[in-house]
Amino acid sequence: MKVLVTVKEVATVEDEFEIDGTAIDERYLGADLNEWDDYAIEEAVQLSEDGVVDEVVTVTIGPEDCEQTIRQALAKGADRAIRVWDDTLEGVDLLDVDAKTAILEAVVEEEAPDLVLSGVQSGDDSWGATGVSLAESIDFQWAAVVNDLDHDLGDVASVRRELEGGVEELTDVELPAVLTIQTGINEPRYASLRGIRMAQRKELATKTLADLGVDESAVEGAVRLTDMYEPESETDVTVWEGGAEETAGELAELLRDKGVVA
Amino acid sequence: MSDILAIVDHRRGELREVSYELVTAGRELADETGGDLHLAVISGTVEAFAEKLDREGVDAVHTVDHGEEFNHDVYAQTVTQLYDELAPEYVLAANSVNGLDYAPAVAAELDLPIVTDVVDLAVDGESLVATREMYGGKVETTTELDANSAIVTIREGEWPAAEGTGDAAIEAFDAEIDEDAIGSTVTGFEEVAAGDVDITEADVLVSIGRGIEEEENLDIVRDLADALGATLSSSRPIVDAGWLPASRQVGQSGKVVTPDVYIAIGISGAVQHVAGMKGSDTIVAINTDPNAPIMDIADYAIVDDLFDVVPALAEEFQ
Repeated sequence: MKVLVTVKEVATVEDEFEIDGTAIDERYLGADLNEWDDYAIEEAVQLSEDGVVDEVVTVTIGPEDCEQTIRQALAKGADRAIRVWDDTLEGVDLLDVDAKTAILEAVVEEEAPDLVLSGVQSGDDSWGATGVSLAESIDFQWAAVVNDLDHDLGDVASVRRELEGGVEELTDVELPAVLTIQTGINEPRYASLRGIRMAQRKELATKTLADLGVDESAVEGAVRLTDMYEPESETDVTVWEGGAEETAGELAELLRDKGVVA
Repeated sequence: MSDILAIVDHRRGELREVSYELVTAGRELADETGGDLHLAVISGTVEAFAEKLDREGVDAVHTVDHGEEFNHDVYAQTVTQLYDELAPEYVLAANSVNGLDYAPAVAAELDLPIVTDVVDLAVDGESLVATREMYGGKVETTTELDANSAIVTIREGEWPAAEGTGDAAIEAFDAEIDEDAIGSTVTGFEEVAAGDVDITEADVLVSIGRGIEEEENLDIVRDLADALGATLSSSRPIVDAGWLPASRQVGQSGKVVTPDVYIAIGISGAVQHVAGMKGSDTIVAINTDPNAPIMDIADYAIVDDLFDVVPALAEEFQ
């Protein structure tokens, strides 16, 4: 069995930042492995360690800069990686769900995985829709927001879906399937030094849209980003000033006033 | 004239609150496009649901009687057929766990763009303008659609729930469900709170977030909770890390709490967390970041290191 894991490098933003047009000024941006994808990688690697799957392949849409993030996934135990990028993608302002689906669909056609694991959403643009969109496009079954996967995979994946309000749904999904993975499903490992060394020797293939047979028009998307701004704060918070003892004293007084403590 | 179709959300025999919010959002949008607002309720006790959904501004409720609970294949097939039948301009759904389990599939099937987790909607000329957040709520963005039609999922709690009684046409929609195409089966539900304290019953919650950094540091917060006679709760990352059981999680995917006092310690206030605690009577935030989203809903705040403030506070009562 082969597992394909979608891995994204997301932009992280400092507490203080400036906006330049429809983007945050690059000076205030960092990069990190998408938190949800970290859990998806861990789940795939655990499936591999349990002997359930033979190969874990990652796919990332992103420029060369994100290879460090891809190597993190390889260091954690993925077997090889695919990175998709070219000049067309470089020029796209916003890669929407349709665009990502078109690219990932082509990768699935080449790789023919039995299972695709994808983070529920990404920490930067938070679409939360690409996994299910991909499943429909490649004619796989799917389950969204999975926080438990029974590793005893046969023709069916038994999963739990995390609904709102502390309720979980137990669902059986026929394979092949796409599962979108929620944080907390496992405990993602840190890459070991040995893993980091081994990752350098693992295959990281780069592909263009042409390599994958994806038409350039497929990634233009219908969603355009037209503005970005800081949300207006409507706060009327009372901020207590002073040292810790002084502010703790203010809070203690409030708690006494409220009858929380005598 | 361009109609709106909104698909409501329900679970275990109850319409979810977002269903009434969808009515408000759908009506606003229908007023802008000059069309009718159609609702669809799929599975469950659809007739009873339809009566409750007949609120002011609803033109039609389409009922699809198929199974008790949500199944994404049934939803995806039905919504696709309703779209073909009604030809709405926009389809609205909840940005809920279930909404995200079928709406993207409908968009892919119908080859329509999808815009998710929308907090505001408007129509500018021919184009739909959707407001979304990025980077965990640090920025808001507007997106415009270069398409005549789209699927849109709305964030829960952003529109007021529709009220009043309407005179909608309630019609059964005879969806043709291809049972062979149903690839998943719901086998049950479980509550995660079993066997632990019920944080929804607490008058005072001391709640901890990522700012606590290490599991060992939880002790200083436990000491504070003990001193106050309060119950310990947390934001999602603490539960994900296994430091507290899932029953202690406050938020969209955890519990919704309404204590008299909620002390948020080292919690930035991501939207999913705020959804679960904004109904608290008095909210106190202890956080080093004065711009953290929690400050927008807090009544009182201490902008300082929790490792200094929390022990000092516990000492006040010991």
